[in-house]
Amino acid sequence: VHRSECEWFLVSVWLCAPAYHLILEGILILWIIRLLFSKTYKLHETYKLTEKEKEDLIEEWQPEPLVPLASKDCLSLNYDVVTGPPSHKIIINGKECINFASFNFLGLLDNERVKEKALASLKKYGVGTCGPRGFYGTFDVHLELESRLAKFMKTEEAIIYSYGFATIASAIPAYSKRGDIIFVDEAACFSIQKGLQASRSFIKYFKHNDMEDLERLLKEQELEDQKNPRKARVTRKFIVVEGLYMNTADICPLPELVKLKYKYKVRIFLEESLSFGVLGEYGRGVTEHFGVDIDDIDLISANMENAIASIGGFCCGRSFVIDHQRLSGQGYCFSASLPPMLAAAAIEALNIMEEDPDIFAILRKKSEHIHKALQGISGLKLVGEPFAPARHLQLERSTGSRESDMQLLRSIVDQVSPDVHVQYLVQC
Amino acid sequence: PVMCDHSHLFSNQYVTHNPKLYKKPFVESFEETPLLVAVLTYMGYGILTIFGYLRDFLRHWNIEKCHVAREREEQKDFVPLYQDFENFYTRNLYMRIRDNWNRPICSVPGAKMDLVERVSPDYNWTFEHTGKVVKDVINMGSYNYLGFAENSGACADAAIEATQKYGAGVGSTRCEIGNLDIHEELEQLVARFLGVESSMAFGMGFATNSMNIPALTGKGCLILSDELNHASLVLGARLSGSTIRVFKHNNMQSLEKLLRDAIIHGQPRTHRPWKKILIVVEGIYSMEGSIVRLPEVIALKKRYKAYLYLDEAHSIGALGPNGRGVVDYFGLDPKDVDIMMGTFTKSFGAAGGYIGGKKELIDYLRHHSHSALYATSMSSPVAQQIITSMKIIMGEDGTTLGADRVRQLSENTTYFRRKLHDMGFIIYGNDDSPVVPMMLYMPAKIGAFGREMLKRNIGTVVVGFPATPIIESRARFCISAAHTREMLDTVSLPISPVREPLFPSLEKPALAISQTTESEKRSAGR
Repeated sequence: VHRSECEWFLVSVWLCAPAYHLILEGILILWIIRLLFSKTYKLHETYKLTEKEKEDLIEEWQPEPLVPLASKDCLSLNYDVVTGPPSHKIIINGKECINFASFNFLGLLDNERVKEKALASLKKYGVGTCGPRGFYGTFDVHLELESRLAKFMKTEEAIIYSYGFATIASAIPAYSKRGDIIFVDEAACFSIQKGLQASRSFIKYFKHNDMEDLERLLKEQELEDQKNPRKARVTRKFIVVEGLYMNTADICPLPELVKLKYKYKVRIFLEESLSFGVLGEYGRGVTEHFGVDIDDIDLISANMENAIASIGGFCCGRSFVIDHQRLSGQGYCFSASLPPMLAAAAIEALNIMEEDPDIFAILRKKSEHIHKALQGISGLKLVGEPFAPARHLQLERSTGSRESDMQLLRSIVDQVSPDVHVQYLVQC
Repeated sequence: PVMCDHSHLFSNQYVTHNPKLYKKPFVESFEETPLLVAVLTYMGYGILTIFGYLRDFLRHWNIEKCHVAREREEQKDFVPLYQDFENFYTRNLYMRIRDNWNRPICSVPGAKMDLVERVSPDYNWTFEHTGKVVKDVINMGSYNYLGFAENSGACADAAIEATQKYGAGVGSTRCEIGNLDIHEELEQLVARFLGVESSMAFGMGFATNSMNIPALTGKGCLILSDELNHASLVLGARLSGSTIRVFKHNNMQSLEKLLRDAIIHGQPRTHRPWKKILIVVEGIYSMEGSIVRLPEVIALKKRYKAYLYLDEAHSIGALGPNGRGVVDYFGLDPKDVDIMMGTFTKSFGAAGGYIGGKKELIDYLRHHSHSALYATSMSSPVAQQIITSMKIIMGEDGTTLGADRVRQLSENTTYFRRKLHDMGFIIYGNDDSPVVPMMLYMPAKIGAFGREMLKRNIGTVVVGFPATPIIESRARFCISAAHTREMLDTVSLPISPVREPLFPSLEKPALAISQTTESEKRSAGR
C-alpha cells in the first residue's frame, strides 16, 4: 500500500509539471542518446597515412652521415707521439725537448720511490680490479688511500674516483638535482660544466672572480625566495668555484666567498685540481693558503693527476657530505675502481709530500722566476698569479680571426720547439 | 630511484622472432615471478617500511641512539642537503644488509681471493677490521671472465717493465702530450682484434660512453635505447641533448615500431625529419644475463638506415669462439656495427674503454671527443697489460693459452648453468652468457644468502633495489675461465641447503622444462 502511494505521488507530480519543462527534458534526453551513439572524433583521423605513404616516407628518408666530413682543421690531424716517459726531458716526434707542457708540478712522475711502491703493489694485486667498489672491487689500498687523504687534508672522510675527469662531474649531480640553484664562475673548467649539465639544476654564471656580481645574483635570489618561502625551503643553493683556475691561472677569493656563504646560506663546492699540492705551506691547497677553516667548505674535490702524478681523483669533506656519494655518485657506483698500483703510487706521493714540505716553496719560487722571465715579451702577455705553475701566454691583441691567431701561435711554438715543448690553445 | 616495469618480460618469449637470421638456437628464459612469491615480497617490504618509520620516530625523539651523520651546528639553518625521504631507503633497508657489499679484499681478484675480515658492533653502522684475513674465498663476484687478473705471468711481467720505463701516471691529456707510443700501439692492436679500421682508447669505461655519445649526436637527433641500458649510456644520451626513446628490453617488435614511427612522423611537433637515428644496445646485460639479438638489430638498422652503437662491456673476450665478442658469437661482420664500444676492465684485467669503427669516425672523435681533449690519457702499465692480454687471446704470443681460456669459459658457463637448472633454481638470461643471475625475490633473503655463502667461504654478489626492480632481487654469479670444475661444484653444492630453509619448494613451470631439454640437446650435440 505504501509503495503504490509513492508511485501515485510521482505520477501526479509528473502530470502537474508545466509543458515546456517536459518538452525541454525530452529534448535533452534525446540529445544525450545521440551523443552516446555518435562516432568519436579523433584529431589523428584527419591525417591518417596509408601504408604506401608510410613506406614511401621510410624509403625517402636519408640520415646525415654519422660524422661530418673532416674539414681542414687548424689542429693537426695526428697527435704528437711521445716516446719514453713524460718526465722533464721528453722525446716528442723524435726530438728531445724540455717539458713545459705536462702537469707534473712536483716532479713525481718519474720518482723512483713512487715507481717502487707501484711495482710492489703490482706484484701483489695484479693490474686491474675487475669490479666496481660495491662488488669486491674495494681493496685495502683504496681504504688506506682514502684515510690518508682525509688525514692529510684534515677532514673527516675522503672518497676516491678512478678518473680525474669523473670526480667533480659525478659529485655535483649527486647533491644538486632539478630545481636547485648553482652559482658558478664563468671560467669554470670543462668537467665542472659537464657536472652542471648532468645535474639539471638552474645554473647562474657570475663574472670571473667578481664578488659584487655574485652578491648581486645572491640578493636577487633572496628576493625571489621571499616571494615564495615554501619553495625556498626546499631549494638547495650551491656555489662552485675552483682554487686555481685552469683557464685563467688566478686564484679565487676564498675568505669573501665564505662570508657570502654564511650571509646568504649557500654551500660551497671547491675544485682544487690545480691547487692541491701546490698552494699552502704544506700543500693542502687554497684553504691553507688563505687560512680558512676547512670545515667551512662543504666539499673539496681534486684530481690526483697533477701534483700527485697518479691517475684518479678524490673528494674530501665531512662524513655527512661525502658518505652520500658512496651510493649516489655515478662515477663511483657504476664504474670499476682505481687500479691498486696507481693507488699505491698516490700513497707514496703523499708520503713524499708530508716528509718534505719544502718542495712547495721551491715550486712557488720557480713559478715566480718564470713569471718574471716571461714578462716584457712584446705582443704576448702572461696571465695569472705569479705563483701559479700552469699559465697562459696570450696574444695581447687578436689579429682579427681565430684561424690567423692559431697560425700565429703555432708559428711561435714551432720556433721554440727545438728546445722546449709548450702547448698552445686558443682562448675564445 | 626509478622502478622499472618488468611486466613485458613475461611475454617476451611469446614475441615472434625471425629464426632464419640466427646460425644457432638462441635460448633465453625469463620466468615469471610466481604470484605467491610476489605477494610475500611486497609484504616483506611493507613490514620493513613500517619498522623504518618506527625507528625514525624513535631516533627523532632520541629514544634510540642516532648513528646517522648530522649537519654542522653552524649550518643548521641552511636548506637541508638531503630530503629525509631520499635517505629513508638507505637508513632503514640498505643499512641492515650493508655488510654484503663493499667487502674489502687484499689479494688478486682471481678465482680465489682473500677477504679482510670485518665486524660491526652496532648493526652495520660502522665496521671494524679485526686484522685477520679470510683466506681462499671462491670469487663469484669479480668480472674476471678470462682469468687475466693475476700478479704473475706474461702480463704482469710486461706491466712491470712498462712501469719501470714510463712511470705510473701520465700528467696530460691525449691531444696534448699524453699520447705515448704505447697508446698508438694499443689502438692499432684493438682495431686488429675487433676487425675494424681504426680504434681509440680512453682511460675510463664510464667516461667513454658519457663523453663520446654527446660528440656523435646532438639536438635534432634521436637515440633509441634499450630499457635496461647501463647508467653510463643513459648519462651519455642525456648529456648529448638528443631526444631519447626507450624500447622494451631485447624486443625487436618494439624497436621496429619506434623506428617506423620516428621516420614517418619526424620530430615531435615540428615534424621535421630526424638528422640521425642512433640505436644503443649492450652486448651482455649484466643484471639480466641476456644477450642482445644482434642479427635482428642489424637487419632493422639496415632497413631503416639507422646507426648502431654497441656497448660490449661484458661481452668482449667472453663470447664467441675466438673471444672477439658478441659479433663473433653470432658470426656477423664487424663492419655492420657503426660504433663498437667496450671496456678493458672485465676480460682483460685492466681498466679503461675503447671505441672502434671506421677511420673517419675515429679521426672525428680524436678531435671532438670531450675525453680526448680534457681528460688524462690511460696509464702506461694498464695499457701494457691490455696489449699483452689481447695478444694472448689472439694467439699472437705463440701459445694456445688464449684459445684455451676462451674454451674453458664457455664450458664452465654451460656446466654451471645446467647444474643450477637441474637443481631447480630460477635462472635468468641466455644459456651462453657467463653472467648467471639467480632469483631471490625477498628482501630478507638477500642478506641471508650473502652471509651464508660467505660462511662457507664463497663470495657472491647480491643485488636488490634500485639496481633491479623491487620484487626481483637476485644473486649474481660471474663465471671465470680460472674457475675449475671442482670450484663450480663447491659453489653449487651449498646453494641447495642455503636456499632450502629460505624458500618453500616451488613448482617448475612448463616453459622452464622445455628450455632445459633444448640446452640438453645442444650440449649433447657438442
